[in-house]
Amino acid sequence: MSEKKIVEERSLILNRRSFLGKAAMGVGGIGLASLLGTNLFRKGENGLYTADSGPAGVKGVLDSLHHPSKIKRVIYLFQSGGPSQLELFDYKPLLNQRRGEDLPESIRNGQRLTGMTSGQDNFPLVGSNFGFQRYGQNGTYISDLLPYTAKMVDDICIVKSMYTEAINHDPAVTFFQTGSQQPGRPSIGSWLSYGLGSENENLPAFTVLLSRGSGRPNGQPLYTRLWGNGFLHSLHQGVQFRAAKDPVLYLNDPKGTTADVKRSMLDKLAELNDQHYQESNDPEIQSRIAQYEMAYRMQTSVPDVMNTDGEPDYIYKMYGSDAKIPGTFAANCLLARRLAEKDVRFIQLYHMGWDQHDNLPGAIQKQAKDVDQASAALIADLKQRGMLEDTLVVWGGEFGRTNYSQGLLTDTTYGRDHHPRCFTMWMAGGGIKPGIVYGETDEFGYNIVKNPVHVHDFQATMLHQLGIDHEKFTYKYQGRRFRLTDVEGKVINDILT
Amino acid sequence: MTKNFTTDFFRFTTVAFICCILLSCSSKSEKTIALANNSTQNSVPEKIDFTFHVKPILSDRCFKCHGPDKNAVEGDLSLHSAEEAYRALGKLKVHAAIVPGDPSKSSLVERIFTEDSNLMMPPPESNLVLEDFEKAILEKWIAQGAEYKTHWAFIPPAPQEVPNNEESNDWGTNEIDAFVLSKLTEKNMSPSDRASSEKLLRRVTFDLTGLPPTISQLEEFKADPSKEKYEEIIDSLLLSVDYAENMAAEWMDIARYADTHGYQDDFERTMWPWRDWVIHAYKQNMPYDQFVTYQLAGDLLPNANLEQILATGFNRNHKITAEGGVIPEEYRVEYVEDRNTTLGTAFLGLTLECARCHDHKYDPISQKEHFQFYSFFNNIPEKGLLANAAELPEPYIKVTSKEVDDILGFINLEKSEMKEVPVMVMKEMDKPRSTFILERGIYDQYGAEVFPDTPESILPFDEYPKNRLGLAQWLFEDKHPLTARVAVNRLWQRMFGSGIVASSFDFGNQGSLPTHPELLDFLAIKYKDEGWDTRAMLKYIAMSEAYQQDTKSTIEKLEQDPENKYLARASRLRLSSESIRDQALAFSGLLNKEVGGPSVKPYQPEGIWEETTGGGGGSTASYTLSEGDDVYRKSLYTFWKRTVPPPSMMTFDSSSRDYCSVKRQETNTPLQALVLLNDPQMVEAARVAAVGEMIANPNAENEQIKTLFYKATSRLPNEIETQSLVDYYDDMLAKVESGEISAEEYLSIGRSEVPTDINKQKLVAMTLTAHTILNLDETINRG
Repeated sequence: MSEKKIVEERSLILNRRSFLGKAAMGVGGIGLASLLGTNLFRKGENGLYTADSGPAGVKGVLDSLHHPSKIKRVIYLFQSGGPSQLELFDYKPLLNQRRGEDLPESIRNGQRLTGMTSGQDNFPLVGSNFGFQRYGQNGTYISDLLPYTAKMVDDICIVKSMYTEAINHDPAVTFFQTGSQQPGRPSIGSWLSYGLGSENENLPAFTVLLSRGSGRPNGQPLYTRLWGNGFLHSLHQGVQFRAAKDPVLYLNDPKGTTADVKRSMLDKLAELNDQHYQESNDPEIQSRIAQYEMAYRMQTSVPDVMNTDGEPDYIYKMYGSDAKIPGTFAANCLLARRLAEKDVRFIQLYHMGWDQHDNLPGAIQKQAKDVDQASAALIADLKQRGMLEDTLVVWGGEFGRTNYSQGLLTDTTYGRDHHPRCFTMWMAGGGIKPGIVYGETDEFGYNIVKNPVHVHDFQATMLHQLGIDHEKFTYKYQGRRFRLTDVEGKVINDILT
Repeated sequence: MTKNFTTDFFRFTTVAFICCILLSCSSKSEKTIALANNSTQNSVPEKIDFTFHVKPILSDRCFKCHGPDKNAVEGDLSLHSAEEAYRALGKLKVHAAIVPGDPSKSSLVERIFTEDSNLMMPPPESNLVLEDFEKAILEKWIAQGAEYKTHWAFIPPAPQEVPNNEESNDWGTNEIDAFVLSKLTEKNMSPSDRASSEKLLRRVTFDLTGLPPTISQLEEFKADPSKEKYEEIIDSLLLSVDYAENMAAEWMDIARYADTHGYQDDFERTMWPWRDWVIHAYKQNMPYDQFVTYQLAGDLLPNANLEQILATGFNRNHKITAEGGVIPEEYRVEYVEDRNTTLGTAFLGLTLECARCHDHKYDPISQKEHFQFYSFFNNIPEKGLLANAAELPEPYIKVTSKEVDDILGFINLEKSEMKEVPVMVMKEMDKPRSTFILERGIYDQYGAEVFPDTPESILPFDEYPKNRLGLAQWLFEDKHPLTARVAVNRLWQRMFGSGIVASSFDFGNQGSLPTHPELLDFLAIKYKDEGWDTRAMLKYIAMSEAYQQDTKSTIEKLEQDPENKYLARASRLRLSSESIRDQALAFSGLLNKEVGGPSVKPYQPEGIWEETTGGGGGSTASYTLSEGDDVYRKSLYTFWKRTVPPPSMMTFDSSSRDYCSVKRQETNTPLQALVLLNDPQMVEAARVAAVGEMIANPNAENEQIKTLFYKATSRLPNEIETQSLVDYYDDMLAKVESGEISAEEYLSIGRSEVPTDINKQKLVAMTLTAHTILNLDETINRG
């Protein structure tokens, strides 16, 4: 179904239900669900979700899913800046043994370096300053920096063989989120909103939460285009939920007024707009009225979901004390779960501060502490609510870090530059094999030796879990058919249940 | 036999080039813009026309593997030219894809109708599908002789006979109407009456100046809605600075203007003197050929003056990175590519960027030709990477106050804190940089060397100097097939909401076809012949009866032509992001009409720069509200930070300024409602407007409300509407009196002061009423 058609249909539904005729009685009483409808996903007898067009819908553009989906939603815990896989997941004792030795040319093989270290005379290998222990049924190595993650290792799938094409932050983050290094394409969440529509009548399908890391508080910036809709309709843009007075930009009523005052204004607007519609017959007017109603409902639904006062103590214990401080990663993880409960399709977190070029040991300790407990708590919390099975949780950054030190290597400290050739991510939840490690790097932690996973492969897999064939899911713009995975990407079947 | 045939003829493997052309979609319902616009019904016409019926199908479903990209051609078959398509194929040369006049001998027909998935075209794995009516069109076209035509946009515009509409019909003032009426008659449709004087004045005032008409202008026109009066109004609108600013706002999208460098740390730049020049150029009604030549090659003009050099800032508005560690050359290549893309989108209406990694899949532009264009822009002594916030990107000039006094008087330097303002410009290197084809578009993969040139398929370049000036001269050669059409189409888009070619960014094979091809040619030639006079062309369009029609639609009309391609009515259009805010400011009287100068920082939600900013620091790390009434400047002066653009403007579909953009989306979303309902600027504008009316018409609430409504919608409310709003006012007054609304808090929104001697409770009620009016659909549209 074309987008224009979707918008038209919404207007028609509006009409059919005599929505406008009831304006004088107060339209707020009519749920947007009844206007917009949903139900693209309905659980079938086989336990899989199938497309169900329902009576009417904020359907996405896909008339039906390409195949039954395993999940309904995604929570993406993006670790911005490039977390060091060598301190966290990818245990390389050889680097400790050969600490200070130059990276052998046979390993580096003339690979591209960033301009920050390409001028270095030598590339002294450096292992992690932090210990690794084995955890879980398979004895998976996890860093001492991640004690909570270690405890749930049997629930997650660790991919150690991620690689990307970009070597700098801006292009690399943009690549992960949009499939292209240069700005301008829609981000993952926008694609999903476009394709699958919304499950929740009162919240946007694509929400974004930001937090700043304590590892490098003035780390790499973010860009609002990372959650932009690109060439898709702006209904599909990511909506940032903020730990500010206005949890969504322009959400709060003007000061001094109340929701009741706003309701009166909307009723008046609906009445006057409808009169104008009778004259002009422009269906956009009806669509406008519906959008105002959605806005009105967001004014209640957003603060409701953002208000965690009612969460019991044991939940705060799980997520850690930071969860009570708005704007922290922990608080955002808790919000992510609340948004997931409301069936928000794509919940994107960004945690900044992983770009540790120097003083890495000091910085990564703080940074890991920011995220470890809450990430693990989110998995456990989803699991205890029976939601992990239909949610995909992703944890990872835009690239990894080098096995050699950037700048001076001393007994206590070192730095690491960007390394796109291998890095680690983890995934958990719906349809992902729990408790496994996928892919392998060489003993220097420099190259992938087994099961490489490209960014587009990861994206293809994510879409696959949602019931979408990444090759068929395209949008034609300026004469070309675009897709999230550009012209590449293959589903990593090995990690799927 | 069959097997040989398969392997020999249409051999297909899934080709995955690194590229912008993607494997595609099976969703049958996802109609392309081009097809939705061009094939009116899914039926097979009597006489099949290559351009209108066949090529959109071939291009969209076949060219990917059987089109202009030589390296992607499968089975030795290309379908983009007759010569290739008719050619005997296979080892024995006994068959051909197309045998004109004989579908039964044409293997194309066999292959598109077969049920055998090994033979079927397009192949199933392409995810491309031909509809039944499309198959029938192809078959019938072959039966009728399989005539090929050169792509319409590559044939120079030809003089057109103005249709003589036989019917005794006095509709129409100029040639535009003759063309429009002829098409309407053909479609069995008829034009609408002229719009009411209020509607028409609102329309033409917004289209030309971006602002609403004043009440006195409305009254004047209502008193004398004659053609002469209308013409007089248009003339005066076109002479206003508002017109120049409004045109400049569009040009800033095209030029991807911003106040920051984009990319990572997104430091500030000063390109606003260039923007001041654009306003100046429109104010002078600079002919379009000169306007473009200055911007593409002002520095190369003989004895180039400072103004001409300043104008070349156009091609330095692209993003520039300061992200430590990038490979400078990789980014420098991006900047050159950006200029190339801009040339294509803005002036040629072609997607030149699609031929960066391989030959264009749809249009006759080879990769070599792409890099020949590229070489025009590759000789700039520029760096790929900025070291820090303070580094000025070479090459640049420093505009001094003396120069402003002497010759650059249009630059508003007074507001700048700097005595001299650096502006990036174009400059040629003494020794031109060699240009090579970049294999797969990658910055360090050099192929063959190339030199400045243009594609034969568009227009040969033989007689011009091999530099940007030559390129500009080539663009404005009399026989150029694209330049005038693309430019005039954009003027049409401004006035009608959609171009005669709906895809104003793409006139190529995948673009939309013109709804009125003869009219487009007529206008292109007129524009050119009359000296590229933009003001005259806009006036000519505005004077047409087609432009002046009512928007009123009936269900029948909507069903017959939902997108209003044939103009049996005028389109109702949502105002631009700039106009929505500027109108609110004008409505209140707060609008500060100062022209030019450094960009300003109006109200913006707190913290949105700070929460994404990194450690790079600089002036763009945190947002500082402008002082005084600079917060009420027109929206085109709003500071544009590329990585965090002004949210209220983005919500209303501003272009992101990452790339050249010639057409904005027009969307309708809940976030737009939130901005209009809760943006302090909207509340403040409502309040200041209310104060104005309460002072002008004390104790006459009815009159106050009527005037507010009139100002916002350009018409007086009818009795029902007035009564309804009066009721609302009374309700709100009761809520203030009961204490449900806190007058003190509510009236403190915004920087401007509230007069002390005004009744605060009434003011709150009237402000809410005015705010409601500002939110009406009618207020944010022009009918």
